[in-house]
Amino acid sequence: MSTDRLAPAVLRRLPHPDGLLINRILVRVFIGVGVVLALVPFVWMVSGSFRSEADLFGNPSSLFPGSITLHGYESVWLQLPFLRLLLNSFVFAGVTTLLTLLFDSLSAYALARLRFRGRTLCFILVLVTLMVPFQVTLIPVFIELFHLGWLNTYQGLIVPRATSAFGIFLLRQSFISIPAELDEAARIDGASHLRIYWSVILPLAKPALATVAVLNFMNLWNDLLWPLVVTSDPNMLTLPAGLTLFGGAHVTDHAVLLAGAVISLLPIAVAFFLAQKYFVAGVSTSGLK
Amino acid sequence: MSTSTISGARVTSVTRAPGSPARRRRKRWSPGLLFLAPSLLILGVFVLWPIAQSFYYSLFDWTVGADSQTWLGFGNYVALTQDPHFWNALGVTLIYSVVTVVLLVVLGLLVALALQGEGIITRIVRSALFFPTIVSLVSIGLVWKFLLDPQIGLVGGLFDLVGAKPIPFLTTPSLALPSLIFVGVWKSVGFAMIIFVGGLKAVPPERYEAARLDGTSRVQTVWYITLPSIRPTLLFATLILTIQSLQLFDLVYVMTGGGPLFATDSLVNLLYRSGFVNYKTGYAAAISWVLFVIVMIISAIQLRVFRYDDVD
Repeated sequence: MSTDRLAPAVLRRLPHPDGLLINRILVRVFIGVGVVLALVPFVWMVSGSFRSEADLFGNPSSLFPGSITLHGYESVWLQLPFLRLLLNSFVFAGVTTLLTLLFDSLSAYALARLRFRGRTLCFILVLVTLMVPFQVTLIPVFIELFHLGWLNTYQGLIVPRATSAFGIFLLRQSFISIPAELDEAARIDGASHLRIYWSVILPLAKPALATVAVLNFMNLWNDLLWPLVVTSDPNMLTLPAGLTLFGGAHVTDHAVLLAGAVISLLPIAVAFFLAQKYFVAGVSTSGLK
Repeated sequence: MSTSTISGARVTSVTRAPGSPARRRRKRWSPGLLFLAPSLLILGVFVLWPIAQSFYYSLFDWTVGADSQTWLGFGNYVALTQDPHFWNALGVTLIYSVVTVVLLVVLGLLVALALQGEGIITRIVRSALFFPTIVSLVSIGLVWKFLLDPQIGLVGGLFDLVGAKPIPFLTTPSLALPSLIFVGVWKSVGFAMIIFVGGLKAVPPERYEAARLDGTSRVQTVWYITLPSIRPTLLFATLILTIQSLQLFDLVYVMTGGGPLFATDSLVNLLYRSGFVNYKTGYAAAISWVLFVIVMIISAIQLRVFRYDDVD
């Protein structure tokens, strides 16, 4: 009955004749359930990292710790070479992202601004590599790294991933949209191509650069298969590879692994809160792993 | 010296636009390829050449570091067709992909339809739903593995609470793959939503105006106006999600290891096991080429779709 009284008021605000209150409530329930489902695992993950084994086994239906213990965070440093894993992840994701930004933007500048023989061919080659599933190249690259002696090294982790076809593609699109008059003017002032690239184009393409940086860092930081293949030395593993390898073999305490997972999630989560629009832009144009 | 070169170049580009042939060739030759060199070198050595090498290795009984390799011709591919593990992995991968993609497209679209607005609450809700997309599959796999654990997990705990016996989801062969599908959908539904929100925003409002004047219902509007209008987005999302799910590995590796009884053994997991655990390098290369062909077929469809869209 109350629905009948409310309906006309609601209808006036709605574009559709059957957008009744009951439908609106159903939509909100559906979305509400979705939000709870999306967030509860993370709440449980953080809470679990502060719980003791006895608490976990004793109260599996509880979302929150009976009592808070820090032993997960203390032991993760002792049971894993955790500091090393963290450092490796930062070096791998950080250095690779910086190199990718440099190499991709140089390539994009050439493809967007320079005229030379073979430009179309180069662009087609870049597009081809976009479509290749990474797993196809895994075995030959592993063998290449084996012959180079680059397995279990930073250069082995970093160099093969130091450019991304998607980054080149996205930056080229961005550079093309920058008015050519700007670099004409710089050229008349006597600027070289390197100078135009660095002082004219790059500052104007900051949003695209940020998008590529965020997307690359996230994908590299989260990657499992690549570090798993390139490294076997526990001192060279990244966080995801370390957590899975040690998670199976050495660590039986759940809070320890959850603490590791929470710490490995933190940098990405912080970046997400600070630069959400770049995540959304990057992820929705590329499709990620 | 340098000033004169620059002023010369300026003369060429400004007053004599076409330039003399010799000068144009010189200008064309150098900087472009130099700018591209680092990327091309990396892509060439670590992507393009390995594609060919991968096929080459797949023709041998290849062993890393051996002095000589045994030529098999298409022997590895023949062996694949007779390997029940391969057919199992292909089946697991296809079932996972089809079910995941259908669920993601349907749920992602429904959520996007409900959350198109730009109000502050709508945007916060979208962020919350999108959050799992940015988290590594390792963390997500680990957390869901524990959540689904019948002894310590919240899911089992809730079963306990209503008096039911907790179900060991990941160690029951018939439930392991559906569990992975659930987690895969859970992770990517926000991703699908973001793609669809972008598509929905691009639909011209006039189309909805016309429908409203005709008095169509909400469901009719979605079916006859929205869906045809976002057809390119729909296909883009479907293909991207399909390609991603065909590469299923991390969740399997973290949550089940391919078990129980190979019930979740995906193609990439089989590839990893063959190549990097059992060191059957040539065989693993053959598996990677099967995956490559499947993905290429789907990419070809994708390219056709986009070309069609351009003509539109």
